[in-house]
Amino acid sequence: MLEAFPIQPLIGGILIGISAALLLAFNGRIAGISGILYNLLFNPLSNSESGWRIAFLLGLLGGGYLMMPTEFELRTGYSSILLVVSGLAVGIGTRIGKGCTSGHGVCGIGLMAGRSVAATVTFVATGIITVTVLRSFMP
Amino acid sequence: MQRLIIALISGLIFGAGLVISEMVNPVKVQDFLDPFGNWDASLAFVMGGAVAVTLFTSRFIMKRKTPLFSDHFYMAVEISIDRRLILGASLFGIGWGLSGYCPGPGIINAMVNPSEAIVFLPALIIGGWIGQRYSA
Repeated sequence: MLEAFPIQPLIGGILIGISAALLLAFNGRIAGISGILYNLLFNPLSNSESGWRIAFLLGLLGGGYLMMPTEFELRTGYSSILLVVSGLAVGIGTRIGKGCTSGHGVCGIGLMAGRSVAATVTFVATGIITVTVLRSFMP
Repeated sequence: MQRLIIALISGLIFGAGLVISEMVNPVKVQDFLDPFGNWDASLAFVMGGAVAVTLFTSRFIMKRKTPLFSDHFYMAVEISIDRRLILGASLFGIGWGLSGYCPGPGIINAMVNPSEAIVFLPALIIGGWIGQRYSA
């Protein structure tokens, strides 16, 4: 099927790349959202580093807010159990694996880190398996 | 102060990118993770566009001895591909597929779809706390 070229995903992706490049070039920091969130919340050794993490997360919310309202239809009635299990798995997994889509997928691959390539291939693969299985039960 | 401003700007651009690209739409993310079913490949352009920029810019950035506003680059200590990395990434992928949210879009959904965020975000934080204890 012929579809329109996904210009918005491409523009959004380029913006995310620029954001990561800025943070690395000026502050020497990795724009990994799970790392920023959890180090802010749980890592007492990094108290002196809380400021920039709060600034980044406020920016994240602000940038999202500026681009709202979104055009897509909001999902309703999704299983709360799935949302809870999902949140727990994403939280535990990104802490143990030290990164998520942004830290490994965008920043780490950009730095050509083998660890990040391995992590990204792994989480995309288990994500595909999960959605495939999930949708075979709830189409 | 200048570092705080950079972090704020970087966050702003990142958040805008997540919404423009529709990464904040969990149904679209699940469609992307469904190549054997109702596949929507368009989100591949998000990571493609982002990685194209970081691959290109990192070469110049890492040629410098230090970042512009800081005295060193804060890089990951670990370099090996070990069991913890693969276990963690596997779990993360499962969680990502179950809801369609990874951490960034999950946070932004506090504004986009609060009725899901109010369930997902506490679990995300508790999960991170559990993972932190397991990692320590």
